[in-house]
Amino acid sequence: MGLAVEAVAVWKSYGGSTVLSNVGLKVEAGELFAIMGPSGSGKSTLLRILNMLESPDRGTVTFSKSTLAPGDGQELRKRMTMLLQRSVMFRDTVFGNVAYGLRLRAVREQEMRDRAMTALRDVGLEGFEKRKASTLSGGEAQRVAFARAIAIEPEVLFLDEFTANLDPPNIRMLEAALAAYRQRTGCTVIMVSHNPFQAQRLAKRCLFLYQGEVLGGGPMEEVRRLDDERIAAFFRGDLI
Amino acid sequence: MPARVASTNKTKLLTSAVVFTVIVLVATGLAISGVFSPSESKIVLATTTSTQNSGLLDYILPDFKSKYNVRVDVVAVGSGQALENAKRGDADVVLSHAPSLEAPFMDQGYGVYRRQVMYNQFALVGPSSDPAGVASAWSAASAFRKIADNSSTFLSRSDNSGTYTKELQIWGLAGLDAGQFDPQWYKEVGKGMEDTLRMADGMDGYTLTDEGTYFSLITSLNLVELFRNDTALFNQYSVIPVNPAKNPNVNVRFGMLFAEWIVSPATQELIASYSANGHQLFYPNAEP
Amino acid sequence: MGGLDIAQVVGLSLYVSLTATVLTSLIGLPLGAFLALKRFRGSWLMRTGVYALFALPSVVVGLVVYELLSHSGPLGFLDWLWTPIGMVLAESVLIFPLVTGLTMAAVSDVDESVRLTVRTLGANNRQLMLRVMHEARFGIFGAVMVGFGRAISEVGAVYMVGGNIAGSTQVITTAILQRTQMGDFDTAFVLAGILMIIAFTIFFVVREIQERG
Repeated sequence: MGLAVEAVAVWKSYGGSTVLSNVGLKVEAGELFAIMGPSGSGKSTLLRILNMLESPDRGTVTFSKSTLAPGDGQELRKRMTMLLQRSVMFRDTVFGNVAYGLRLRAVREQEMRDRAMTALRDVGLEGFEKRKASTLSGGEAQRVAFARAIAIEPEVLFLDEFTANLDPPNIRMLEAALAAYRQRTGCTVIMVSHNPFQAQRLAKRCLFLYQGEVLGGGPMEEVRRLDDERIAAFFRGDLI
Repeated sequence: MPARVASTNKTKLLTSAVVFTVIVLVATGLAISGVFSPSESKIVLATTTSTQNSGLLDYILPDFKSKYNVRVDVVAVGSGQALENAKRGDADVVLSHAPSLEAPFMDQGYGVYRRQVMYNQFALVGPSSDPAGVASAWSAASAFRKIADNSSTFLSRSDNSGTYTKELQIWGLAGLDAGQFDPQWYKEVGKGMEDTLRMADGMDGYTLTDEGTYFSLITSLNLVELFRNDTALFNQYSVIPVNPAKNPNVNVRFGMLFAEWIVSPATQELIASYSANGHQLFYPNAEP
Repeated sequence: MGGLDIAQVVGLSLYVSLTATVLTSLIGLPLGAFLALKRFRGSWLMRTGVYALFALPSVVVGLVVYELLSHSGPLGFLDWLWTPIGMVLAESVLIFPLVTGLTMAAVSDVDESVRLTVRTLGANNRQLMLRVMHEARFGIFGAVMVGFGRAISEVGAVYMVGGNIAGSTQVITTAILQRTQMGDFDTAFVLAGILMIIAFTIFFVVREIQERG
């Protein structure tokens, strides 16, 4: 089962500009939650903070019932992972990429093999193991990245516009793989999307960010019907 | 439990290979540097590049090695540095030919004793046309004076070598100050004897050289010997075992053994028999 | 004129340069990667310092190491002056900034997003550094080869510390110098030819590997 994630009163600034102002959210264990808003809203920053890659200037992030003590960071980080819009492939074979996270966790040879191969199968790239990752197409790379992520069996999966650059067949493929993984493990998923149609398709609850501020949060339908032209424009697909 | 990256077999193998390689390399280095065999008999002989390049040492040293089974490591630098090395304890015995530098060296107590070994001549060489008329001079000093008066091209080694010391001595005898000379004709090249000779050859200039080096290069030079008849042009070689009082690590026993060997009649004969291009290069003159 | 054992001279050149390169890389590679990745108080100064040392003249290195190893110097008790191991020390000091600095450059070249990805997959600092170095391996390999090439071409420092003793501390470069001085140009050219072959081989090997990368 995945972890529950809660953020309270998160603030973040870079240089002189405030990127996140007083952002809070609550994600139940095992649910798929969307963070939405137009570009430049601070979604990616929030995601990085939730993923513990960065610390907020103010505010807290907690997982399930545990609060973050300074020493726990590394431990918790290993139970979650993030996928980027343009995934980085390591200078290695496809197998080397997918197995990397397992190697970091000192998984034994045979088990590593099995889990990596299963992950590849889940994204439909069986037989690609020995291919050099640098020769993959964008869609294939994104699928390998997904396999790499689920191979380590994270309890929280952060997705930062992870299908934004893909064509419809690949998008469908990955959304299906995501659904299968969630079914299998009950993992929590927090996804950033500036594609309202995908967000509505996949998530039941969401948070709407606009220029670092929370305009609304909660069940998708409720947020959609909030009386705010910016939100309405977003859901129409007009605001990017 | 925090999981550490397990050393997989591959990583273990790689690490072992690296460690093994480093140990082998360093051990080899230490071994060939004699660190593991401090009792091996060897001495460091500090001498000059011209002495070494004359080939004399390659010729006579095997005799020392076979007689006493002591290895001689020859470090060839300029006279000045050779004596400095000895002062620092970086040499066990010195073979040099710079009496003016050797005297203070002995006075300061760095040498056990100093003994004559051999001499060769310095000679004034130059273009066969001899524009300054040096061949007819009646002394080394007057030969030099003629060159200065004529402003003929003269190459000076201007390093801390015995040859340069000798050159300055002669300018002094002629009552001239080399520091005042016009660089148009007096060229301070700061090089060893071989290079200086070749440069003089190329410029058709005069220079002071030891005969040993000159004869070993004679086939590739157009320069000719123009003046040598003056005892002032004597180039005296001396051997000095280094005094361990200042540097306890100095191998004085073998240093003195070397000195005794090089002045012994047998070795002296050997020195006399050494020639290059048909010319005897060194004249033994050790006092009994 | 004494003959020259070319095999011994070439062998010693290769040994000294190889050992210096290995020892330097052992420290220089992790240090270079660390400096490229970590920002701490004084790290800018250290990185600039490494690059500045690129300009360190080899004769200065030779002089300093000579002073250290001289029997009247602080490390005289080691008895490393006029020995191959002393030459290894001098060469190591000489190429250390080069190997470290070029590794720094290669690691800095690795995109920020690689580091991000590695961290999201749960790597700690040590694992991050290893992965980034793995990504930069072609540049790092180049750094090591440049170090080796520089070491084997060095004349001044090895002359000053080794003494160019026939049979024990004579290497290709000092032998070329001496043979030229002696007028034995034939031997000098043969040695020069061998050195060029070694230099070009390094060049081609590096190019080959980097083409693949």
